[in-house]
Amino acid sequence: MRRLIFILPILVFVGLVAYFATPLLNQTDPTLIPSPLIDKPVPTFDLPPLPGHQKGLNSADLKGQVQIVNIFASWCIPCRAEAPVLMGLAKTAHVPIRGINQKDKPEDAEAYLRELGDPYTSIGMDADRRVSIDWGAYGAPETFIVDAEGRIRFKQAAPLTQADVRDTILPLLAKLGAK
Amino acid sequence: MIPELGQFALVLAALVALVQSIVPLVGAARANARWMAFGSSAAIAQCALIVVAFLTLAYAHIVSDFSVQNVVENSFAAMPLLYKITGVWGNHEGSMLLWVMILAFYGMLIGVFGSNLPRGLKARVLAVQGMVGLGFLTFILATSDPFARLADAPPDGQGLNPLLQDPGLAFHPPFLYLGYVGFSVAFSFAVAALIEGRVDPAWARWVRPWTLAAWSALTLGVAMGSWWAYYTLGWGGWWSWDPVENASLMPWLAGTALLHSAIVVEKRDALKSWTILLAILTFSLSLVGTFLVRSGLTTSVHSFALDPERGIFVLGLLAAATGGALTLYAIRAPSLKVGGLFQPISREGALVLNNLLLSTMCATVFIGTLFPTFLSAIGVTVSVGPPYFNSTFLPLSIPMVAALGVGPLLAWKRADLGGALARLKFAALAMAVVVAGVYAINHRGPLLALPAMAGAIWLIVSAITEIAARIRLGQIPLAHSLTRAAALPRSAWGTMLAHAGVGVMIAGMTGTALWTVERIQAMAPGDSVELAGYQVHLDSVGPVKGPNYDAERGIFTVTRNGKVVTTLTPERRTVHPQEQAVTNIGIHTDFLADIYAVIGEPDPGRPGAYVTRLYHHPLVPWIWVGAVIMVLGGILSLSDRRLRVGAPTRRPVHIHGAVSAE
Repeated sequence: MRRLIFILPILVFVGLVAYFATPLLNQTDPTLIPSPLIDKPVPTFDLPPLPGHQKGLNSADLKGQVQIVNIFASWCIPCRAEAPVLMGLAKTAHVPIRGINQKDKPEDAEAYLRELGDPYTSIGMDADRRVSIDWGAYGAPETFIVDAEGRIRFKQAAPLTQADVRDTILPLLAKLGAK
Repeated sequence: MIPELGQFALVLAALVALVQSIVPLVGAARANARWMAFGSSAAIAQCALIVVAFLTLAYAHIVSDFSVQNVVENSFAAMPLLYKITGVWGNHEGSMLLWVMILAFYGMLIGVFGSNLPRGLKARVLAVQGMVGLGFLTFILATSDPFARLADAPPDGQGLNPLLQDPGLAFHPPFLYLGYVGFSVAFSFAVAALIEGRVDPAWARWVRPWTLAAWSALTLGVAMGSWWAYYTLGWGGWWSWDPVENASLMPWLAGTALLHSAIVVEKRDALKSWTILLAILTFSLSLVGTFLVRSGLTTSVHSFALDPERGIFVLGLLAAATGGALTLYAIRAPSLKVGGLFQPISREGALVLNNLLLSTMCATVFIGTLFPTFLSAIGVTVSVGPPYFNSTFLPLSIPMVAALGVGPLLAWKRADLGGALARLKFAALAMAVVVAGVYAINHRGPLLALPAMAGAIWLIVSAITEIAARIRLGQIPLAHSLTRAAALPRSAWGTMLAHAGVGVMIAGMTGTALWTVERIQAMAPGDSVELAGYQVHLDSVGPVKGPNYDAERGIFTVTRNGKVVTTLTPERRTVHPQEQAVTNIGIHTDFLADIYAVIGEPDPGRPGAYVTRLYHHPLVPWIWVGAVIMVLGGILSLSDRRLRVGAPTRRPVHIHGAVSAE
């Protein structure tokens, strides 16, 4: 029994190495975690807007045309890095970018948008993170592409870079028939 | 020609490391004195060769040799000399070279100054250092060649990442690496002890100064990193629970635990196998810290370029180093003799509690940093980011702070908790005064500030109480107390400083977390804003030109009751040649609070106006003052004669059971 305690560290370590080696060995990018929600309809939700804004975000908004959904928060540092990319995307992509603002204070979110720009067509406040969980998101930033039928077609769990936009996002939008 | 010299030196260093990892080990097994002594010579040679390689790369950067790929990618002819030099380690390849140079430097120090170590132990320690060095030299040569040449040398380079062109960040990696890599010594000692199958108080006494040195450097490195984030990133925070920050915090927490558990081994011959395990884990976490950002496992804004091949190599090295050490641990640790017994209420008990809490904190950070995907996969929903860390880390800090005040006053083996608490009456009084004071000044502020500030003053006064108790201040004539104070070992003063430093730091964190005043608005020249009793007036915004950037500079005059306090000149720079936007912040500090000004984009709604962010951060400088106090405590302990002279010869087993090693 006593011996077992001393063997435990190496067993835990082997488990950890196996866990982390799998994505590396498969040469998959760990940020492109396959979501079980891919090709499924977006979850049903209805989020309130930022105080003082007209529109929040709900599932019905995501039907009818190809759209991008981006989860962000003012406390999230990678989101800051992503912000200029989203601003650029808003200008070039010609599809609505919807924001889900995760676990934020309204005044912090406002300050964030003032400072870094607001690429979003509308923003839903996900104060308790319930809706983000329904989307299968585990953090911020995460970006989804939803097709005209309201199905999730793509997910990236990492800040978008210019290269992602050029190589992945824009081609996929074109394929899905974004106008 | 010169870059090839560096590469040649690096290959030679790898060969020396190979021999260093075999010959002394065989020598120790066969009790061959000359083979054992070879370890020291090899360690010195390995260090010298890597220094040559490093200087070669530094030379290429200083003279802007654009035939070297590394220089092209990270330097720029018009860049200031300081950043040409610091740019040597401002990239993956160069920072790896710095990493192995520091590793070899520690190996050299053991070789040169380890003359009081038993020969066998020293040979085995150097052999393990050699193995670690061999692994990372191979990594550099195979995947991260800093000396790669370009067939067509471009006329100019691409420049160093503008965020790295900063004096604070320039010296952050060397200190961080001095800390990370310093823990390799504790690791090597642990593995050597497992090979020998013997851990005793003398062993702990050899390990402690190395751990303390590494801990001090790491504390400074982490503090510099957070200071840099505070004054360059421009969002007014100083810690964001970013994976890179967490990566440096994990070895710090484990190293702090190691520092304390080694005391128990030294003084009481107990907790031996736990200390060995901690030494292995601390260095493993340092490896994780160095490579987490390069492996592609997590994403972060300030990570180096990712490369899956490197990720696999690094994971392989980590598996070999940690896996090998833990396998050895599984085989050998059960046979280590269990040492002195103690009651739960005792100095040992307090140190065990310290270790439990620090390890739990470390595990919390580990899980929050590496397992968000894992946790959501098994259906547990944990918010990642500050909400998760704040809700797990803060509750663990409360028992930590409470115990930290009492622990040093407890006696070894069996202590009188009531007596220790009675001695802390002044600390209790100070807490009452501080709570009343804080409430009087800021009774509308968050209630959390009251216990937090009480905890801070509790740590400071209890640390002083411990010294006062040892010199029996007030119990015997003052002159006698002063004589006693002069005779106290420096390590006692070091402990006091380090513990009080934690208190100062907590006060700083509390002040900035709970009392910060933030004003975000559009301001045109001529506008004024009230900020925590100050008037901040925007005088003008105009263009300025720097050596390698163009900027817009805002000039703010800060007044209080009509008197000018300071002028702040934040800038929004565009750095060439990358054309990257960088904020340069205006800060005024009086060591009680900072006034912090950022100038942002022009406001689209109002011509001539700019988005400005103004902060009043009470007590924020104390975070870094506290860290520096902790480091001073570490250095003071390190200068203690007992550690400097090193351990006496291993305690003979039989002579008079009563003779103590102290």
